[in-house]
Amino acid sequence: MRTASEKDLFTRVHLDGPLFSGVVLLCALGLIVLYSASGESSEVVLRQAMRMLLGLVAMCAIAHINPGRLARWAPLFYGAGMALLIAVFLFGTGRGAHRWLEMGFIRFQPSEIMKLAVPLTVAWFLSDKVLPPTVSTVAIVLMLIAIPGAFVIEQPDLGTAILIMMGGLLVLFFAGLAWRWTAIAAAVSVVCAPIGWYLMHDYQRQRIITLLDPTQDPLGSGYHIIQATIAVGSGGLSGKGWLNGTQSHLEFLPERATDFIFAVYCEEFGLLGVVVLLAAYSLILARGLTIAFYAQDIFGRLVAASLTFTLFIYVFVNMGMVTGQLPVVGVPLPLISYGGTSIVTLMTGFGILMSIQTHRRFIVES
Amino acid sequence: MKFGAVTKQPSREVKVFTRRIWGAALGMFVLTAVLISRLIYLQLIYHDHYTTLSRENRLKILPIAPTRGLIYSNDGVLLADNRASFALEVIPERVKHLRDSIDDLRQFIALEPEQIERFEAELIQKRRFDEVTLKSNLTEEEVAIFAVNRHRFPGFEIAARLARYYPLGSQFAHVIGYVGRINTEELNRIDPANYSGTTHIGKEGVEKAREELLHGKAGYQQVEVNAQGRILRVVERDPPVSGLDIHLTIDTQLQAAAIKAMAGRKGAVVAMEPSTGAVLAFVSNPAFDPNEFVNGISSKLYSVLRDSPDRPLFNRALQGLYPPGSTVKPLMALAGLEYGVRKSTNTTWCPGWLRLAGQAHQYRCWQKSGHGAVALSRSLAESCDVYYYSLAKDLGIDRIHEMLSQFGLGKITGIDLPGEIGGLLPSREWKRRTRKLPWYPGETLINGIGQGFMLSTPLQLAQFAAVVGSRGAVHVPHVVANIEDPTVGRTEVMGVDSRASVQLGDDKNWELVIEGMHEVVQGARGTARATAVGAEYQYAGKTGTAQLFKIAQNKSIEAKDVLKHLRDHALFVAFAPLQKPQLALGIIVENGESGSKAAAPIARTLFDLYLDVAQGELDANG
Repeated sequence: MRTASEKDLFTRVHLDGPLFSGVVLLCALGLIVLYSASGESSEVVLRQAMRMLLGLVAMCAIAHINPGRLARWAPLFYGAGMALLIAVFLFGTGRGAHRWLEMGFIRFQPSEIMKLAVPLTVAWFLSDKVLPPTVSTVAIVLMLIAIPGAFVIEQPDLGTAILIMMGGLLVLFFAGLAWRWTAIAAAVSVVCAPIGWYLMHDYQRQRIITLLDPTQDPLGSGYHIIQATIAVGSGGLSGKGWLNGTQSHLEFLPERATDFIFAVYCEEFGLLGVVVLLAAYSLILARGLTIAFYAQDIFGRLVAASLTFTLFIYVFVNMGMVTGQLPVVGVPLPLISYGGTSIVTLMTGFGILMSIQTHRRFIVES
Repeated sequence: MKFGAVTKQPSREVKVFTRRIWGAALGMFVLTAVLISRLIYLQLIYHDHYTTLSRENRLKILPIAPTRGLIYSNDGVLLADNRASFALEVIPERVKHLRDSIDDLRQFIALEPEQIERFEAELIQKRRFDEVTLKSNLTEEEVAIFAVNRHRFPGFEIAARLARYYPLGSQFAHVIGYVGRINTEELNRIDPANYSGTTHIGKEGVEKAREELLHGKAGYQQVEVNAQGRILRVVERDPPVSGLDIHLTIDTQLQAAAIKAMAGRKGAVVAMEPSTGAVLAFVSNPAFDPNEFVNGISSKLYSVLRDSPDRPLFNRALQGLYPPGSTVKPLMALAGLEYGVRKSTNTTWCPGWLRLAGQAHQYRCWQKSGHGAVALSRSLAESCDVYYYSLAKDLGIDRIHEMLSQFGLGKITGIDLPGEIGGLLPSREWKRRTRKLPWYPGETLINGIGQGFMLSTPLQLAQFAAVVGSRGAVHVPHVVANIEDPTVGRTEVMGVDSRASVQLGDDKNWELVIEGMHEVVQGARGTARATAVGAEYQYAGKTGTAQLFKIAQNKSIEAKDVLKHLRDHALFVAFAPLQKPQLALGIIVENGESGSKAAAPIARTLFDLYLDVAQGELDANG
């Protein structure tokens, strides 16, 4: 048994070639469409590029850390993230919702940390348990997921809360939670839906009503969906061309640089452009699943699979929301939407995937 | 098998995991297929439908700024108006060669380098489809010339707006203040929805103090625009609610007369109605033209105003701090009577100076030869300093502070204008706190003649004159008389805001002191008797001189030898008529040297004008 000496250059710097190229391709597409969506503001594009660079640095740094160490650190991340969530609950700032924490000149959302800390911690917890998990193991995992989830719902940020809890639940799913349990969970959530409806904020209820019938309130909350659908539909096969989207440039599209940037993309680059975009995401997703498939321990497998599938959920939820299939929840399009913390979180996630891939020990039969 | 996972887990776990991975991949595939079919549905099958919608998509919501409320004087003269003003605006997105177009435009419309600079700064801040002002306040000629050549300048438009205009210019600058473009700091303070169509906000004076009432409520209109964003039709309109009109208490005739009487000298005049606190004239001289500020003052003109030694931007009436000098003597006399330290008949011998036991320093009377035996009435009429040194010594600083503070010295009056300064009424506690020093007896003496640490504003002088005139009633000064809603014609009258009145143990003391003040102007030896000659009414006053230049002991100096900006300030407080006074005045003429010669004549002019008018009104009504 010996460590292979013929590692390629990428592996030696702990980067993964296919994943890296997918990320860079998406970043490039993101900056191009952002220039148009921001009203041709090179300042916005530059700021976004700086964040991407920061994210890439974070990605490279994380990729260097051994997954075993990440597993040991996971509960610490979780504890720190919880402490910050409690701090936000007590002293948070932000328009309407208590999501942000001001730390001198830095402002960030602690819920972003939990997007990674929850799946890492659940995977760490499950890694030395008997799998498929027993009932008591599942109960503890559900607690680990529900506590941060509750704090984020309280902020109130339902979209992020769902994503955080989804990250943890996916780990449970990949660990082999019995299908009947999955089915029961689905049934319970259907039964609980009316209770959830009762607990929702007015604006959240409004979003769901709007999804069912956007024309009901065309200038209020239905406006987003109607305008986004028009933007997507009028893009056609090949789009109106870069910088020529009338929907976005005449200000019909709200949130066009952030959550609804996919509408600008569809309007200007058409279905063909969307296929290119989906291909770039597919490259990353396929590579993520491959990494999960070949991961050498249970922690690596669970984390890689969960992070990859979470990324898919981001993409699907955002695109579904813009094309009018899902309610408007504040989920950005990964690496394309304008915004700071989410890019750094995503890149860190890719760094974890690369760490799992590049720290494999190669065994050569003697 | 070349590679194999190192794992301690049973192979069942790996098998389950592998199945789940494949399941997840299948799930992704199915969901992606759903997404793509939705996109095909929108972008291919219904493409034409959405293209039509996009082309016809033209409903936009635009804010409509409310019309700002007007400001009138008490006698109904319009002081702040809204006038149509034309501005040349550019939408950068629609101009192909911006720089060339602007160069072309200069053949028709004069553009200062400064205007272009400001335009370019704004260009960077705004989005490419937002209009940016290139030049405001176009003349009608410029509007006409541009209209003829408009086809040559796509993306350039003339926008008609209402702009604030102050017909009386500098006369009311220090009362009304002015509006100006909203700055970043103000942007954080205001409600963005209500100000979405508004460009200007009150910066000073009544415009600032009553911003909320004057501004009104923004309206909205839903308009149809074409694909280029040009407005075609108004679909729906939620009209704005105009701001409220404000009527001031200030009388334009009295204000104009006070400005005329100041005749180019620096200083301030505040006239009040003692029975209500209504401010009838409020002058700070020199002033500035507020119209210059409405559309952004040029930096050249601004630096001229700012750096002028006459400080026209400085609101002397509200913020100017002056030693009140001898004008506090009536209050000192009241304190003497009230605390039983002096009777009106007690005399003090004035040899021209007073010396404290054990001190070499001579506290001098303005009359070097001395006044001889002085009782209360004469002490006021001739303004004998030694009488008040001695009285102050006997009262002590604590009782002086107690009495003078009841007349509003050392604290803001609470007038409804922003930026008032409260002045300084020193006390033992104040000196310990700010200077970390004990109070010295000599300081009590000079305090007795309104010198030393004591500082007051012209507004405070008028205020205490009003309190004395009304025999103790304290009303908060105010410049807003009533607020009118022009749409429904409803008027809200501002009530009189009264504070705790000054209560004396014996009301006769008011009359003793007021008799002394009457002697100042209408007595045989009063310091201001020259100015009262021929007055058909009875009035009371007190002259004052605020020393700026310290004359060395045992030296005398001729006034003409002192540089003009170091000459003493001339002060005068007064009210008329003696019984039930209608007008109280606080007057300061900077470097006017003598209260009786420089400030008192202004009072006479204003009394003559106002009492005549008031008498005339009375006759007309009777």
